[in-house]
Amino acid sequence: MERFWFLTFDGLASGAVYAAFALALVLIWRAARVVNFAQGAMAVATAYVGYAVVSATGSYWLGLAAAILSGLALGALVERLLMRFAGPGGPLNQVIVALGLVLVIQAMLGMVFGNDYRPAPAPFDTDALTIGGVAALSPYDLWVLGSALTVVALLALLFTRTPVGLRMRAAAFAPEVSRLLGVSVGRMLTLGWALAAGVGALAGMLVVPTGLGLHSHAMDLVFVVAFTAAVVGGLDSPVGAVVGGLLVGLILSYVTGYLGPDTTPLAVLVLLLAVLLVRPGGLFSAARARHV
Amino acid sequence: MTAVLEVEALSCGYGPVPVLHDVEFTVPAGTVTAVLGANGAGKTTLLRTLSGLLRPTGGRVRYAGEDLRGVRVEHLVRRGLAHVPEGRGVVTELTVAENLRLGGLWRRDRADARRAQDEVYELFPALARRRDHAGHQLSGGERQMLAIGRALIARPRLLLLDEPSLGLAPKVAAQIMALLRRLRDERGLTVLLVEQNVRTALSVADQGIVMSLGRVVTAAPAARLRDDDQLRHAYLGF
Repeated sequence: MERFWFLTFDGLASGAVYAAFALALVLIWRAARVVNFAQGAMAVATAYVGYAVVSATGSYWLGLAAAILSGLALGALVERLLMRFAGPGGPLNQVIVALGLVLVIQAMLGMVFGNDYRPAPAPFDTDALTIGGVAALSPYDLWVLGSALTVVALLALLFTRTPVGLRMRAAAFAPEVSRLLGVSVGRMLTLGWALAAGVGALAGMLVVPTGLGLHSHAMDLVFVVAFTAAVVGGLDSPVGAVVGGLLVGLILSYVTGYLGPDTTPLAVLVLLLAVLLVRPGGLFSAARARHV
Repeated sequence: MTAVLEVEALSCGYGPVPVLHDVEFTVPAGTVTAVLGANGAGKTTLLRTLSGLLRPTGGRVRYAGEDLRGVRVEHLVRRGLAHVPEGRGVVTELTVAENLRLGGLWRRDRADARRAQDEVYELFPALARRRDHAGHQLSGGERQMLAIGRALIARPRLLLLDEPSLGLAPKVAAQIMALLRRLRDERGLTVLLVEQNVRTALSVADQGIVMSLGRVVTAAPAARLRDDDQLRHAYLGF
């Protein structure tokens, strides 16, 4: 039973990161109807920026802020300089451009920073606290869980309570009608990409200290898992991304804990297949046909 | 009478396929002008070209004396030109209240934007009761009311309406026409109305423009179109 609780807490903590990362994917899907396959590589690039600032200033928090800001900027640039021109040819063009971007970013990171894992210190203790004899969450897990959930809540407020959130939703659902009502749809698209990449940057900063360290491929598996989480929840649903992320985090934690870490990538694939077969729209989607 | 809209030798098409050929007409201020014609006559294309959603291949559009070339679509509403597109004016994923708020977001005068929203609810009590319902939960008539009401929040001078009676019961369509008449008479609103339902359109219009295969074949006062048997048989099919 102790083991079960440990795995549950551990799953929730990693699930929070998947949730944040899945949310970034959902943000772009809702705004532009494209899965941003470059999300992982972009997040790694911003994490490199973040940890460069950490080692220059000695402050994790300045580094975190730098990572998020560079994420916002990178997202806006990718939309303005690449996706905008790939868009008219259909969504597949954007997917291919995104895949190309992955190669470019990873190659550049390798050239500049080398191929070694760089240490990425966590801002809090990563050893689990024991509560009543049960190893539960570490302070760092609490920080991950807390900051991921805070971002989710802030985004929910942005979308439902602010004029710019209303504009972004309208521009995503009905671009033409929105333009006729005075909404600058292009600007909303740029903002959507910026926000998503900002959230991705945060997720990257949260996940890198829990792995082997900073490396150009550090987010590859996280991206696959987060993509699964987004599909499980339904690509259209921010709530789905969060629930999907936590759910996938739990499932993978149990699989890893009871069956061994070798089976983890397989479990991701099985889960993705199962959801696509049983409920292709995802758990939280309005049951509607969709082509990807 | 001054013209709110002057269309001069306007041509447009989709890619290499021309749809509009040298379309010319004017819309006098404070009138309802109906654009009539069969399916495929180019009526919707005309409206979409006027509001900048399609780029004309020739000719020009003057609105309130000003050439609209190069004006971005999203800036037209700020100048008082509102366009309710065919059948999909409402953002169905948003609630009634959100749709109305969306219509007034660009306005600097926040107080008047709110007042305009309240006026829409007064004009259409059915919408007030369904404030928090999503657009896809509304009936066809309610959606059309919402789309027109949302356009009114801009306090437009010129309203472009594409097939407002499409798919509506005759009684509801008549209500919408009565509303247009009221807006013209009380607020001096100018309306360019695209309709396939000729009888409905001519019940409210001051003048009619008949289109066929992308050309204007005749422009005449609505009363004459109603009475001219030859015209009616030739282009309007009744």
